[in-house]
Amino acid sequence: MKIHEYQAKGILAHFGVPVPRSEVVRSPEEADIAARQIGGSVIVKAQIHAGGRGKGGGVKIAKDPAEAVEIAKKMLGMHLITHQTGPEGRVVHRVLIEEALPIQRELYLGIVLDRARGRPVFMASSAGGVEIEEVAANTPELILKEHFEPGLGLVPFQARKLAFGVGLPAPSVPAAVAAMIALAKAYEAADASLAEINPFVLTKDGKVFALDAKINLDDSALFRHKNLLELRDLNEEDPLEVDASRYGLTYIKLDGNVGCMVNGAGLAMATMDIIKHAGGNPANFLDVGGGASAEQIENAFRILLSDKNVRAVLINIFGGILRCDTLATGVVAAARQLNVSVPVVVRMEGTNVEIGRRILTDSGLNFTVATGMQDAAEKVVRLAQ
Amino acid sequence: MSILVDKHTRLLVQGLTGREATFHAQQCIAYGTNIVGGVVPGKGGARHLDVPVFNTVREAVRATAANASVIFVPPAYAADAIMEAAEAALPLVVCITEGIPTLDMVRVWRFLENHPTRLIGPNCPGIISPDQCKVGIMPGHIHMPGHVGVVSRSGTLTYEAVDQLTRLGIGQSTCIGIGGDPIIGTTFTDAIRLFNDDPGTHAIVIIGEIGGNAEEQAAAYISDNVKKPVIGFVAGQTAPPGRRMGHAGAIISGGSGKAIDKIRALEAAGVTVCASPAEIGEKVQGRL
Repeated sequence: MKIHEYQAKGILAHFGVPVPRSEVVRSPEEADIAARQIGGSVIVKAQIHAGGRGKGGGVKIAKDPAEAVEIAKKMLGMHLITHQTGPEGRVVHRVLIEEALPIQRELYLGIVLDRARGRPVFMASSAGGVEIEEVAANTPELILKEHFEPGLGLVPFQARKLAFGVGLPAPSVPAAVAAMIALAKAYEAADASLAEINPFVLTKDGKVFALDAKINLDDSALFRHKNLLELRDLNEEDPLEVDASRYGLTYIKLDGNVGCMVNGAGLAMATMDIIKHAGGNPANFLDVGGGASAEQIENAFRILLSDKNVRAVLINIFGGILRCDTLATGVVAAARQLNVSVPVVVRMEGTNVEIGRRILTDSGLNFTVATGMQDAAEKVVRLAQ
Repeated sequence: MSILVDKHTRLLVQGLTGREATFHAQQCIAYGTNIVGGVVPGKGGARHLDVPVFNTVREAVRATAANASVIFVPPAYAADAIMEAAEAALPLVVCITEGIPTLDMVRVWRFLENHPTRLIGPNCPGIISPDQCKVGIMPGHIHMPGHVGVVSRSGTLTYEAVDQLTRLGIGQSTCIGIGGDPIIGTTFTDAIRLFNDDPGTHAIVIIGEIGGNAEEQAAAYISDNVKKPVIGFVAGQTAPPGRRMGHAGAIISGGSGKAIDKIRALEAAGVTVCASPAEIGEKVQGRL
């Protein structure tokens, strides 16, 4: 789950990472109050779940509260387009009003999981303010790494190695060390999958601050973080994907016209691949998961068909956990309920497949039965044309 | 021949009395797997599916001489269950559970470094040596005994590949689903090493997907060590970057984990990579 910058800063501040004084606002009136309270020059930052906001016009400096209000007025409600939002952009519903700091240097701090080592890795770089992927590609030697153990956390000597390594002046190192340890604590406590401060700034008076912050949360761990669950912003998500997640389905909208419903993530990706290979374009990724009930499958069907680009549907099920009879019952019920008008190609194999096929053929509905993935892909691509 | 599980496997089921566990344990028994007991804290002393249930793994191992366990407990308790099985010195633990918090698995990884246990999964279909032993949720009837080792991050896509092999009359030594999570016990490289050392395995099928770089690591191992034919497929060639494709580990992030990079690495290591998932069987046939 993604969260906003201001929410990430809230978590970081709770664990002791210094953050600039700021206030999140939803209207120009609130922006006025916040800017006056902070005083002087402020930064106005659009709060959307995408990077590259600065280049897209979502981060602006205001010299006084009056200008902050003007900027907030323009920013709130705008479609902010960045390289991560797609061409339609995201509507800005909240902006952050934040004190402007006298910046001396911009650094990078971040924690990700190192899958191969089975541990989180803390990264620090003197090249802050640019995307870390760029640094990794062009000047990997500028990224310093320390793996750490959950429970133990980032140990002070590791943080010192990083702080001196990125060239912080000695008087500022203790504050940076404390901030790094706090970042590692926040990462672990929140069950984050990514925690990043970019830039982490050194001010002209030798203080350190998290000027920007990004935290992604591990969806699998949200069950034990009810408070973090409240940070979810549905405005930032595709409504169909939100709908799907309510029923335990994983749906990701794409831009083709062949809808697919598949059990299992790997097979769902492979089904998208074979549709492409057969000359078509997948309209979505949809994994009905393992123990999908008839109700879940009905919802899957409904969500799939509410994408108006869908010209034909491919249902590809290889029963393992999921029983083919459960699937067939759901498909038949949904097709009846929703008066499905687009052609549906069904390919089923696995547990209880005979019962499943019988349910489909006995339904009296018009399904195209396919044998094998190649046959299914060819049939559905033809029907979608 | 086979790897890790065979007719000598004596299996415990952790979480045996649950609905899914009961269903799949029945399927395993019907396939011929020797399930010797279950572990369900608080239900020790009971019998379920005609086998004894124990409160702890230790107790179960002592009473049944089990040498493997399969875990069906819910995500919040699964890491604990894996560690309990490892502490009881079981050589093989297969964790089916999907949705275990990643940092729980980081802790498990650390715990396993001090134990002789091999973990398969989590978030996997399990492992099967056809006609000998099925430990997991895969449909047994699609498999047939033979000499091709299959290793995959996926569940149902593995069934697809196995089904293609069986329809062509190509049997399997062992099929392992290593799981779709970012942190897993047995990696592609581990499984390929075992298949490479198994005289009963004559060819290896590797089914990867986007996310991480386990396929690239396996490619490096294959290039240096494997003489047997290796056939591969990588799912997610059409997946958009930055989106988690169902599996917790299936995500292209920061420009890494792309299908094309994995395909190139495998091809450079001499692996025959299938462009379409429908041609896995034929390509294996072509290399035998």
